[in-house]
Amino acid sequence: MTWKDYSLGSLLRGAAGGNRHWRQAWRSPEPKSHYDVVIIGGGGHGLATAYYLAKTYGITNVALIEKGWIGGGNTGRNTTNVRSDYMFPESAAVYDLALSLYEGLARDINFNIMLSQRGWLTLIHNQHQMEAAQHKANWLACNGVDGEIIDVHSVQRMLPLLNTGPGARYPVLGAFLQKRGGTIRHDAVAWGFARAADRLGVDIVQNCEVLGFEQSGGRITSVTTSRGRIGCRKIGVAVAGHSSMIADMAGFRLPVTSRCLQAMVSEPIKPILDHVVISPGTGVYINQTQKGELVMGGVLDLYQSYGQRGTFPTIEKVVTSAVEMFPAFAQARLMRHWAGIVDIVPDSSPIIGQTPVANMFINCGWGTGGFKAIPAGGMLLAHSLAKEAPHPLAEKFGLDRFRSNRLVDEGAAAGIAH
Amino acid sequence: MIVIRCPYCNEQRTEEELSYGGEANIVRAIEPDTLSDTEWTDYLFMRNNPKGLLQEQWCCAAGCGQWFKIERHTVTHEITEVIRFDQQFSCKKDS
Repeated sequence: MTWKDYSLGSLLRGAAGGNRHWRQAWRSPEPKSHYDVVIIGGGGHGLATAYYLAKTYGITNVALIEKGWIGGGNTGRNTTNVRSDYMFPESAAVYDLALSLYEGLARDINFNIMLSQRGWLTLIHNQHQMEAAQHKANWLACNGVDGEIIDVHSVQRMLPLLNTGPGARYPVLGAFLQKRGGTIRHDAVAWGFARAADRLGVDIVQNCEVLGFEQSGGRITSVTTSRGRIGCRKIGVAVAGHSSMIADMAGFRLPVTSRCLQAMVSEPIKPILDHVVISPGTGVYINQTQKGELVMGGVLDLYQSYGQRGTFPTIEKVVTSAVEMFPAFAQARLMRHWAGIVDIVPDSSPIIGQTPVANMFINCGWGTGGFKAIPAGGMLLAHSLAKEAPHPLAEKFGLDRFRSNRLVDEGAAAGIAH
Repeated sequence: MIVIRCPYCNEQRTEEELSYGGEANIVRAIEPDTLSDTEWTDYLFMRNNPKGLLQEQWCCAAGCGQWFKIERHTVTHEITEVIRFDQQFSCKKDS
């Protein structure tokens, strides 16, 4: 531990010394002419990739290039939820790895990510959903992931403001609860990984847009960027909704369509909702931030879009659904709404690993669930980059699964309609 | 909000009255048995996903029920062309 670490000691030392010893959390270097690895995308997945590449695999001659600013894309636009209640064993392994890494991350990277495992409830509205929830609970038990079904009385105790009365549009029979699920301060994940990667020697280059690639013999030799040409031995891509654009420049196609996923917050109010809840009936998920804002999200716009902004039909749907579930929320005013561009693939499972370009590796396809997977996505892409072979947990998630017709259909676990 | 005038019933429809059919002009092979796995994968799964003009198909779901094609900008949502299914786009884009 050094004085640069964040701790109570450094806080007191800073206070005593007039807080003059704080430095920028990461450097802003000029890009060098050549790196062992260039990672495209300064969101959570790209930053986590850079961190694990340096920490776990010892590769530190790395540049991470980002078109805008760190965490300004989907990492800063999601509803901050984390959970790992995915059904198929291969998915459960990946998402549970992510949650396990998140559980130790604050200590690992010396940055408080404000993990709040407040419990993630999926409401059960009818007998069919009850049977599906029981089916899922059995799968999770087999996968070694926690999850249980609770009855309506337990739901009422946990969510006293939820409308479970006879007038409820969607009756509540119970809920599927993952206690380890909850929320994380999303910006902290980006900033924490950025700071940790930077301290291990990774160059984080912001405002650096990829314009094209130079290739020779089926390999990318350099990246042409808005800040000059950067040579590289290997290249990692973690750009979510913009993956098709990078693939297009590199000369291959992806089974990805980009969609707009919206979220919105109310004005801050006193604590009234201390769990995360999703209703399959309304398709809306809600939690309350530590600041007191109610964060709400709904289904994604069902047409291809790169428009990073909300639309009124969705805002209306989400807000009316939220008020239907929690009538008291009608008193709160909506403060902001926004959108991120998510990468939807046919089976709602990620694509991790080798691309048709020999030295390019990709991490995309997380769709509406990328934030919860950040540490695992980073670790698995870092492994691909370091070893030029898939991590054992990523073997089922290669791009080649579409050709071999071995899809991992997690459409249901995604929680919202795709 | 996307608003399109259906080229069949000639009514203005908002995005909530329409349903989306994805990329236009994907042609199913007349003799699928002759396709390689790669070509078949391309047909089934690979999609044009430009940040810019995209040719796509929509259905006048809450109206006359007809499918039609449009060309739309995926950032601004500006619609540059709306055609019936038996017509060709006036300028041939990559997508």
